[in-house]
Amino acid sequence: MLQSISQERINNMAIFVNENTKVLVQGLTGGQGRFHGLRNRDYGTQVVAGVTPGKAGQDVEGIPVYDSVEAAVIATGATASFIAVPPKAAPAAILEAARAGISFIVCITEGVPAQDEARVFANLQRDFPKTRLLGPNCPGIISPGKCNIGITAGEIAALPTKHGPNVGIVSRSGTLTYQALYELKQLNIGVSTCVGIGGDPVPGTSFVDCLAEFQADPETHAIIMIGEIGGTAEEEAAEFITNHVTKPMSAYIAGVTAPAGKKMGHAGAIVSGGKGTAQGKMDALRSAGVMIGLNPTEACDLMSQIVAGF
Amino acid sequence: MDLFEYQGKQYFARYDIAVSAGGVALTVDEAVKQAELAQYPVVIKAQVQVGGRGKAGGIKLANNAEEVRTHATNILGMDIKGHVVKRVWVEHASDIAEEYYASFTLDRSAKRHLLMLSAQGGVEIEQVAVTDPTAIVKLYVNPIEGLSLETARRAVVDARISQKAIDGVAAMLVKLYECFTKGDCDLAEINPLILKPNGEVHALDAKVTLDDNAAFRHPEWDEYRATEELDEREKLAREKNLQYIGLDGTVGIIANGAGLAMSTLDVVNQVGGKAANFLDIGGGANAELMTAALEVINSDTKVKSIFINIFGGITRGDEVAKGIVEAMKRVKLRAPIVIRLDGTNAIEGRAIIANAGIDESQLMSRSTMLEAARVAVDLAGKN
Repeated sequence: MLQSISQERINNMAIFVNENTKVLVQGLTGGQGRFHGLRNRDYGTQVVAGVTPGKAGQDVEGIPVYDSVEAAVIATGATASFIAVPPKAAPAAILEAARAGISFIVCITEGVPAQDEARVFANLQRDFPKTRLLGPNCPGIISPGKCNIGITAGEIAALPTKHGPNVGIVSRSGTLTYQALYELKQLNIGVSTCVGIGGDPVPGTSFVDCLAEFQADPETHAIIMIGEIGGTAEEEAAEFITNHVTKPMSAYIAGVTAPAGKKMGHAGAIVSGGKGTAQGKMDALRSAGVMIGLNPTEACDLMSQIVAGF
Repeated sequence: MDLFEYQGKQYFARYDIAVSAGGVALTVDEAVKQAELAQYPVVIKAQVQVGGRGKAGGIKLANNAEEVRTHATNILGMDIKGHVVKRVWVEHASDIAEEYYASFTLDRSAKRHLLMLSAQGGVEIEQVAVTDPTAIVKLYVNPIEGLSLETARRAVVDARISQKAIDGVAAMLVKLYECFTKGDCDLAEINPLILKPNGEVHALDAKVTLDDNAAFRHPEWDEYRATEELDEREKLAREKNLQYIGLDGTVGIIANGAGLAMSTLDVVNQVGGKAANFLDIGGGANAELMTAALEVINSDTKVKSIFINIFGGITRGDEVAKGIVEAMKRVKLRAPIVIRLDGTNAIEGRAIIANAGIDESQLMSRSTMLEAARVAVDLAGKN
């Protein structure tokens, strides 16, 4: 058993998702679900099912739709779910996926109340500890050439090269994730996996979760991290990097000039009580040995220098 | 959304948290009327969303109508740290035996609710945290387990709150937790939470921040929206459904995505300029949205140049370019635009801009964020 897991690990480098990941889309018949679900399939992702209560038996361009996640899992063997439903319905959708045995959930829904997020997180932790939730309010995940779940435009991501060096990306912001993917592509640097953890107060997957995976992934040689103001996730990442990450890293923190007490677009991006400042986060990461760029371009240029040293 | 004290108290009252009888007043006459209803002696409190009201003279005791008139006249219109007082809250004055502190927030790191409780209330809790950190009891609450009266009681005992107040404070904490969770607060704080000589426990102040994402299940929040203190630009932006925050620089900013918008502010700052605003236009940067965004930016007389920073992912560069050209036909702009367009269909987008027949001095395209920021800051300096 152990041996087969490690064998699989080598065959399917990249973190969380790969070419074998079977994905169902909760909300496939809705506008967002349909648009992005089909784009993900066009990219080559195995999108095997859709779930919309009351619409079993229908299909979306050949993708069969089921009434429940459970029915979709039984019929198709899906192990990952892409949730594109409105904020009101998102908490129940996440828990339904977990109950049906889905092990990796990507929830792109923006606007989920923080109280709901906290309850869902605690629920998953207690009842479904093996289920990983990415988001809510995240762009999703892409392992270039293998699997794309979420709203990232696949064509802006550079494919990883066989012998590397390849870079892993983890980010709290959507557009800055795309920016990083795009710049790395211009610089001809391959990407193993790019994870957008989202800008909400209680993200299901943290920087630390992703850094641990990237550190263990043989295909990832260096890591770019994009953070922003608010909370303490970057400081926690810095502590983890000091103790557990040996791969070289560059980072950028958005919001150096953000005024205190104002939410900068994301529910989680706010400097309050002098905490969560960009400066504090940059200092913490610098002490952990991470090279800091003052804008996204600079962070990618620094990565280019790091990669040149391989 | 931050509530004023009086709104916070009204919100508390919905969850059966004891507050003083009182009412809000916009004029001196109304203040007198509210004082009569609340019964003398009363306290007149300036309603501003900033600390230090007492020190600034914004909280006064009044024993009769004449004193109410004097104080209300002074307080209404008063400027407290840049906040002009438009309303006063008039409530029956409470006898105070002891003052405590209680609050609930979400601890993002622990992903749990956090109760902070202290027997030292009425002062800034940040100060207590520095001078006597052991005086603050911190209790993490699992959101799916909730807070039981028994657990609350233990926290009260740990905080070394007087014997006679233990039951009252514990009951109050359970109600405050209910308000925090069911009421979808980011913060629910009582400082001071008082013990009266008669043994009653009572919220003498209220600081409540509501989670905007939960507005869909709280129709009662609509009335709070009406009193929200937004500047004119922010009001206009809200009408147009744009994520906008007014700042005080001269470079107007439009970007797609909150992260990129924040980053745009940073880059402008890095090359020596100052942003006039934060504006996230979101995913579909079409002509409608772009027109609305430019109208908002254009309403800000301090804006000397406009920096549009778009990264196309799902958003296509050619559509953004068409949107800008179309918007420029609809809105007469007071400042020139510098655009940086990258990502999906950026080349097509740049071509549309170059061939739109708009003078290069009014609409210019640059290929990187940094370069575009330099030009925008330079223009803002010249204009």
